[in-house]
Amino acid sequence: MNKGATADGVKDYDRFNHRKILYLGILGILFLAVALISLCIGPTNLSVTEVLDILIHKDDSWNSYVVWDLRLRRIVAAIIAGVALGSAGTVMQCVLRNPLGSPFTLGISNAAAFGAALGIIILGGGTILGQSVATPQVDNPYIVTISAFVMAMLSAGVIVLLVRITHSSPEMMVLAGMALSSIFSAGLAFLQYIANDTALSAIVFWQFGSLSKATWGDLTLTAMVVAIVSLYFLSKRWDYNAMDTGEDIALGLGINVGSTRVLGMVLASVSTAVVVSFMGVIGFIGLLGPHMARWVFGNDNRYVIPASMLIGSTILMVADCIGQNAFSFVLPVGILTSFIGGPLFIYILIRRYRERC
Amino acid sequence: MLNVDSLSFSYGGKQVLRDVSFDIGENMVVSVLGPNGVGKTTLLKCICDHHRQTTGSVKVDGVDVRSIGRRELAKKIAYVPQKATASHTTVFDSILIGRRPHIEWSVTKHDKEVVWDAMTSLGLQDLSLSYTDAISGGEFQKVQIARAMVQEPSIIILDEPTNNLDISNQHMSMHMIVDAVRSRGISAIMTMHDINLAVHYSDRFMFIKDGTVYAYGDSSIITEELIKEVYGLDVDVIDHKGMPYVIPRTSPAMVNGPSHMHDHAHPHDVRDHIHQVYRDS
Repeated sequence: MNKGATADGVKDYDRFNHRKILYLGILGILFLAVALISLCIGPTNLSVTEVLDILIHKDDSWNSYVVWDLRLRRIVAAIIAGVALGSAGTVMQCVLRNPLGSPFTLGISNAAAFGAALGIIILGGGTILGQSVATPQVDNPYIVTISAFVMAMLSAGVIVLLVRITHSSPEMMVLAGMALSSIFSAGLAFLQYIANDTALSAIVFWQFGSLSKATWGDLTLTAMVVAIVSLYFLSKRWDYNAMDTGEDIALGLGINVGSTRVLGMVLASVSTAVVVSFMGVIGFIGLLGPHMARWVFGNDNRYVIPASMLIGSTILMVADCIGQNAFSFVLPVGILTSFIGGPLFIYILIRRYRERC
Repeated sequence: MLNVDSLSFSYGGKQVLRDVSFDIGENMVVSVLGPNGVGKTTLLKCICDHHRQTTGSVKVDGVDVRSIGRRELAKKIAYVPQKATASHTTVFDSILIGRRPHIEWSVTKHDKEVVWDAMTSLGLQDLSLSYTDAISGGEFQKVQIARAMVQEPSIIILDEPTNNLDISNQHMSMHMIVDAVRSRGISAIMTMHDINLAVHYSDRFMFIKDGTVYAYGDSSIITEELIKEVYGLDVDVIDHKGMPYVIPRTSPAMVNGPSHMHDHAHPHDVRDHIHQVYRDS
């Protein structure tokens, strides 16, 4: 074999990969820039230097409170939710071999919403203390959160059991998820129908995903779960690449396809359930993040997983910043992501279709 | 190199493979032949340990495939399935996935060199950074074979490697497989439907019937009687440059009847016509 030609061929491939790393770097810079701008913009406008100074020297001033307790908390929530939903969507699409795979397709979000409603009405977590419907507080938020998490995991558990017992195909998993989603939607509608006005307000408010709900304590717990799950996903990037070529090839490459699929599903569900339980339903990030990442990086999960995390977080930060500042009232981020995400997703699909024709 | 002993496999209460035994030595290309549904693909998957509810034993280089982990097995056996999905992944990356059994955390320079060498030997260099969902079927088949080669296995197992390929690509694929086997001193087992194509490129032939090995040997076992017993088809086996060449006695045109009979002929008329042709011949 010609050593020089080999070296050239490998160098070309390395250059190709360096370009992808550069794109990841640009995404990272964009992510940091959006985070910094989000820290500056608001009713109390601050300059970049002021924000950096406050981040380095935390004190008891109003500006420090605004940056640390109001804005940074929401930005950290956006990062955690973006990482969790972006990576969960990527992994679900990969193990299900279905571009529509996402925490929402599999009924996890609807199950969590049903669980939250159950917690508010049946388990007594739902007396609204505040006067305004737009800012209700729930008596015992952990009842609602735990109830939402349990239902989300129940939904994931039913799908995993179905796969284990019937050896269902990935397509069956998606169909089962849609059926479960429909069941939980019906359950949620029933609870809304029998709820009194205050409970109904609490249920509806909970469903609007918002980055302001989670406390620093909630975020610490969520961050730990999401970090462990994300590291697992990154460590399995090669297995997901192999599964992308087909089940038989992945098996032939020594990958335990069954357990990789089930564990991927379970961990993606856990990650999503934790986020949804503390922040409510935030739509489209699990679809938008991975699809935008694949548009740039192809199907190589070495890049698609981290890129989905960065894109998911960045979109959430932008949406939250718009929701907080663009209107005379605060618009929950979940509504905006669906508003922006829907048309953007259709645009990506059309663009990719045109590129392939 | 490969020893299969009393291998049996049942699925859904139906016995698919029954007491299959054979040995394959080094540097050997073996074609597995037989009608549809007799268990050829199942046999390949049992050898690869994809189907685990088997009885009997499968040993590669003296090691039972069930006694080692899947990853270790992937370093001994490479499997090329009949169906593979072209993904939006570059040709280089798609072949690089074949190094998965050897990769711990990240790709090494050696991994990339092995991939490039395999690409060079199959003439894929110019497509290195093309996406596999934008290349031709023949090129994609080369990618499958290259991926199996970079696993650096002792045996490559291929399920109908010429499926969906035109005649030129069929021969090119078979050439590549044989070259890979000869140059690396490994063996290949492949299911085939075209007996004549198999004869061109194989050292041994295994005919499967009713889930077991009906006949196994070199090309001298391919006789009119064997084809009749395995496929239920009347053929002539003629000598072509020292190799058997199988020609069906009933061409499709004869079975369907001449074109002028299609519209009005009664089924009995067609059968009588075929009998007449046989008598004449």
